[in-house]
Amino acid sequence: MYAQMIKSTGQGVKSLDEMEPEERAFQERIDAGGKIEPKDWMPEGYRKNLIRQIGQHAHSEIVGQLPEGNWITRAPTLERKAILLAKVQDEAGHGLYLYCAAETLGVTRDDLTRDLLSGKMKYSSIFNYPTLTWADMGAVGWLVDGAAIMNQVPLQRTSYGPYARAMVRICKEESFHQRQGFDIMMKMANGTEAQHKMAQDALNRFWFPSLMMFGPSDAESVHSAQSMAWKIKMNTNDELRQKFVDQTAPQAAYLGLTIPDDTLKLNEETGHYTFAEPDWEEFFDVLKGNGPCNTERLEARNKAWDEGRWVREGLIAHAEKKRSRKMAAE
Amino acid sequence: MSQPLFEYLCRMGDNALVLGHRVSEWCGVAPVLEEDIALANVALDLIGQTQLWLGLAAEVEGKGRDADNLAFHRDVWDFRNLLLVEQPNGDFGRTMMRQFLFDGWHLAQLQALMDSSNDQIAAIAEKSAKEVTYHLERSSDTVIGLGDGTEESHRRMQSAVDRLWPYVGEMFLSDDVDQEMMAHGIAPDPASLRAGYDTLVADVLAAATLKRPEDDFAHKGGKTGVRHTEHLGHMLTQMQWLQRSYPDATW
Amino acid sequence: MSSPESSPYNEDDASPHGETRKTEWPLWEVFIRGQHGLSHRHVGSLHAADAEMAIKNARDVYTRRNEGVSIWTVRASDIAASSPEEKGSLYEPANDKVYRHPTFFDIPDEVGAM
Repeated sequence: MYAQMIKSTGQGVKSLDEMEPEERAFQERIDAGGKIEPKDWMPEGYRKNLIRQIGQHAHSEIVGQLPEGNWITRAPTLERKAILLAKVQDEAGHGLYLYCAAETLGVTRDDLTRDLLSGKMKYSSIFNYPTLTWADMGAVGWLVDGAAIMNQVPLQRTSYGPYARAMVRICKEESFHQRQGFDIMMKMANGTEAQHKMAQDALNRFWFPSLMMFGPSDAESVHSAQSMAWKIKMNTNDELRQKFVDQTAPQAAYLGLTIPDDTLKLNEETGHYTFAEPDWEEFFDVLKGNGPCNTERLEARNKAWDEGRWVREGLIAHAEKKRSRKMAAE
Repeated sequence: MSQPLFEYLCRMGDNALVLGHRVSEWCGVAPVLEEDIALANVALDLIGQTQLWLGLAAEVEGKGRDADNLAFHRDVWDFRNLLLVEQPNGDFGRTMMRQFLFDGWHLAQLQALMDSSNDQIAAIAEKSAKEVTYHLERSSDTVIGLGDGTEESHRRMQSAVDRLWPYVGEMFLSDDVDQEMMAHGIAPDPASLRAGYDTLVADVLAAATLKRPEDDFAHKGGKTGVRHTEHLGHMLTQMQWLQRSYPDATW
Repeated sequence: MSSPESSPYNEDDASPHGETRKTEWPLWEVFIRGQHGLSHRHVGSLHAADAEMAIKNARDVYTRRNEGVSIWTVRASDIAASSPEEKGSLYEPANDKVYRHPTFFDIPDEVGAM
């Protein structure tokens, strides 16, 4: 979603005067805070951008099941196991809602899935990082969900009705995700020496990748301007990143953990933290497929899809048989 | 009396614990999103039931342990689950067949336990039976759908039932623990559940166009803890690893 | 959780939409009546091979199986929908889009508690 990376099809943002009447009416409706619904007229660029954005968001939920799913069978207590499983299940649900929203735009879930599996469509790079200790379950909830929420809350007001409604449901269900992550971090940070060490290590590994989740700076981006005019992107990447750091830095201090950035400092005048940029070269490497787990993640999704094929075929074949038996009986 | 009761509660709890763990292994990799979510619901129900049964077991035992102690700090020989539930997932078909074969017994068992002379047991059984009614509905439908689906799905389901059938008989065997429970009106005679189970299985397998295996040979040793399969140890290695590596930590 | 960055989606590269795939489950719209006696409300969509499975999936996906709810599912393709009520002819419904389906309905506020 960090739509700054998303290329729109237009050549910059048109003024209302430059638009054909139907596009003008469309834009005026968005400007007035109205919602665009599936059967409404919409510019082709709006439709394509939305399919890509919602699709990538959905893929991120589905691939995002994997790094946390990695710890379900090793969760240390029955309660932690149940909470983690419920959370990863929610992510499957969120993927499902989002695919359905994308389907209102004229693609099918299977189309989108194929494009994920072939590597043609992307998912959030954060999920190409490994989860190595139990503290990573805390860090993912606290930082990764925390960053995602920054982005998702404003999207509840996005201009496309089905997307906005999916986000409302998602935000409601996600409210416990970040808290459960922070709860794990509190236990770990205040636990034994080994647990504290795991917590600090998790923060060290997830801090910069979390900052990358907002995408590179988009100050100059025409594409971003178009997405914002269409209200499918609600804030700039830099705004959201700043908000995230401002919120997270005091939380780290509360945990007694050190953010791995020597330059991090509160600017008393502005009330905002200054902080170091993540390594954008690493970001683009991961995006290109060279992250620590890109191969594993796509392999896992492909394997699940391929091995599930006979099940999907079997159940639809049974449904067809049932239908024809019923028709024969009538 | 408290030792057999403890044993009995561990049997109920360990079935839920081990099967819940197995089902949770599917999270994120099921054949279709809707199934992924449904399987997680089944696993969540079973983990919840584990907490209730093992919690009560620990209380009955009265040695200051809790459900987590029992789940994470006992070794293979202390586990009292049926061999059926520790069988590896295999393909999705085998997972659903295992689920169906267990659910059919589990529901009948819980319904009988709702009349237990022990109120706590009756209460847990009542809550669990609601959940398991739905588990059985779903697993039977899936077994029927896949059995009566394509040639490939039919073949896989027949092989699943053939593979798992030798673990069915153990559910209906009884020992001293069961005798003690029956004597106190706490739990039913395991053998009394067999006729209803056979009818259910016959109906579902018929609708699924699958053949019930002819040989009723039954492996045993799970619920008594005498001889588990090799699979359980590997599962516990993973499940208990954190607790055992950091015994002084709280989570 | 979310946050896709990156590449444009080029629909031309996608699999052809008319192609029938035997693995593709149809789309269903889900309507739920909660415990408060209000009428059924649209809560979302899902995929299922047939109506019975759609109900079960709806229960797992949209209610987390609480008691006391009633679920309707309808094949998305079976829903007749009105055209958007806009003045003039500017907003012609794009009826030629085979896979479009109406999602006009509000998500109930109390869904989380259902």
